[in-house]
Amino acid sequence: MSTPFALGPARPVPLSAINPVAQLSAIAVLTVVLLVSRDLVAPSLLLGAELTLLPAAGLTSPGQVLRRIWPLLASAAGVAWVNVAFGSLSGAEAWISGATWGVRVLALALPGILLVAGTDPVRLADALTIHWRVPTRFAYGALAALRLVPLLAAEWETIRLARRARGVDAGASPVAHVRLLGSTAFALLVGAIRRGTRLATAMDARGFDSDVPRTNARGSVLRRRDVVFVVAAVAVCVAAVTVSVLLGAWHPVLG
Amino acid sequence: MGPSRVRLAGWGFRHASRRAWAVRDVDLEIEPGERMLLTGASGSGKSTLLRALGGLLVPESGDAEGVLTVDGGLPDRRRHRVGMVFQDPDSQLVMTRSGDDVAFGLENAGLPPERIWPAVDAALDAVGFDLGRDRPTAALSGGQKQRLVLAGALAPRPGLLVLDEPTAQLDPGGADLVRSAVARAVGDRAATLVVVDHDVEAWLPLVDRVVELLPSGGVVEHAPGWAPAPLRFPSRRPSAPAELLLTAERAGYTHRGSSAPALCPTDAALSAGRTLAVTGPNGSGKSTLALLLAGLRPPTTGRVVAAPPLTAGLRNPARPPSRWRAADLVDRIGTVFQQPEHQFLTGRVRDELSLGPLRSGTGATAAGRLADELLERLGLSSLGDANPFTLSGGQQRRLSVATALATRPRVLVLDEPTFGQDRDTWAELVALLAEQQDGERALCLVTHDAAVVAALADDVLHLGVPAAVG
Repeated sequence: MSTPFALGPARPVPLSAINPVAQLSAIAVLTVVLLVSRDLVAPSLLLGAELTLLPAAGLTSPGQVLRRIWPLLASAAGVAWVNVAFGSLSGAEAWISGATWGVRVLALALPGILLVAGTDPVRLADALTIHWRVPTRFAYGALAALRLVPLLAAEWETIRLARRARGVDAGASPVAHVRLLGSTAFALLVGAIRRGTRLATAMDARGFDSDVPRTNARGSVLRRRDVVFVVAAVAVCVAAVTVSVLLGAWHPVLG
Repeated sequence: MGPSRVRLAGWGFRHASRRAWAVRDVDLEIEPGERMLLTGASGSGKSTLLRALGGLLVPESGDAEGVLTVDGGLPDRRRHRVGMVFQDPDSQLVMTRSGDDVAFGLENAGLPPERIWPAVDAALDAVGFDLGRDRPTAALSGGQKQRLVLAGALAPRPGLLVLDEPTAQLDPGGADLVRSAVARAVGDRAATLVVVDHDVEAWLPLVDRVVELLPSGGVVEHAPGWAPAPLRFPSRRPSAPAELLLTAERAGYTHRGSSAPALCPTDAALSAGRTLAVTGPNGSGKSTLALLLAGLRPPTTGRVVAAPPLTAGLRNPARPPSRWRAADLVDRIGTVFQQPEHQFLTGRVRDELSLGPLRSGTGATAAGRLADELLERLGLSSLGDANPFTLSGGQQRRLSVATALATRPRVLVLDEPTFGQDRDTWAELVALLAEQQDGERALCLVTHDAAVVAALADDVLHLGVPAAVG
């Protein structure tokens, strides 16, 4: 059975040329600035800078972009609305506060979407284990588990249909719906654990748990362009904060 | 290093928390380069023995007795000398690209990167995998995936290759692919081979000897030229004149967001007293057709129509089966899925059998009586209180068929009922299905198994692979 969102190697896009750990470093810098800034100016500028990277991540058509970021837009709108509706401020101030929160949420999450769109999961695991000494057991274990996610989606559908075939459906009762959902999820979990155990056995049979230091066939190199990328991220952050300060809008959390 | 020598003397193993020994009193010598097929009834401990050879039975998992050595040493000290392939390719692949996956074992062995890629290419060549290193593993068929898993096991040049049911989850084409890859890979006798597979006959040309593991303990060596007993076919009564129950009219299905149809528009008719076999290669939409006929999915083109004998008693007989209430469906169309475990809903075999009748409105006493009758007929009476998940594979299959029969549906749809089963279970299942072929009931079998078609089918519908659109 094929599923629409099978995990495969990512299609190379311009952003793939940047090492994943360089991208993660840039994200870390950006995150710190976004977390301390409480104004509307700096996050808006940073969000603008992030948006210019969308084509580099292969997200060129509005449809593609929307498909990736609609949950994010919805949550940002939700955060903004909660601030307007339930915040302590009122009038124009409330709207500005709501917009600030919405922009911050977008600017915080968009780099993650760029990373996922442009990064091959295997290359990410390679980079993490080689440059940041992330334990291989964790990195490649997570990678193997990630491969099972599309299978789980297919299995969920099968279990659901199998229950109907056994005469079990929820009908119109919402309570029965919740109970059925719970028992289907439990069956899925049992299946996932069994499959996970089989996978772990197969990986150990291939020497994954041996004491020999693991090598990496693909390698992962940090080049000059990776350094340039991180420096550029820092520069953009500095510029955004400077503009905000010059406009008198800057009032950080730790001020 | 050359091929491995394996020696077992008085060897046995008991899983932790079990009283009975899984395997016992095994005396066996396997010479370097020898190819051995290991047979035995289900539950005779074949998989346990293979795991022990691979050094995967850690002390915490149970008690061992006797001696088991690979190249004169304990298997857990020889792990790097053993390559293993298991049943399910999807729970053995780790990486997203084919070449990376073969490299995985070599990386674990600490091989320097410059030596890894030549070894990967050699292993891919050894199994005849010619789709390239960069082919995404998710885009491979089952047989190709298993071929890749085999390449991954061979890449570190093991002295012992252990295959545990390598073709059980593959269609006949995929199984051929894997067997030919094994033949090619062990042709130079650089590795000793031990195979367990449900399809004993197909492996005979590839092996030097056949050893059977006895459930009571010990092994027997079969003489050269040994062949398994022929399949037992049930005797069939001629079917009565047919009353139409269910039809598919140009019914097709396309997954949401997919450009190619999973099933092209297809006509099919199920009549009382007749058995329709649906055959065809993987990707032809056989299982999808089964889901449409079973009322589990609505067709995206065409329609599925239930005839009056099947809709009698429904409040709204004009509705298609996919829109019936589940309780109405289970009374009329029974479905048996490929994996029995997907269908089990309770913690006891007896409850499993009475569930359907209870859902469709049968009283508790009558449902209990029905369950007891079925247990008797299946020879599972002693297991009425057992948990369905603890039954053997063959028992689970029979139970899943019985759960569908419990409500006496007039239509029974089965997806690959004999998939991956050994000869004994095959015979039991086919006999059980033959009993259901009476004048009242229509059977629809989706299957790759030519022997099942020969044993049971009145009509055969062969599906082709749909052409991609656009």
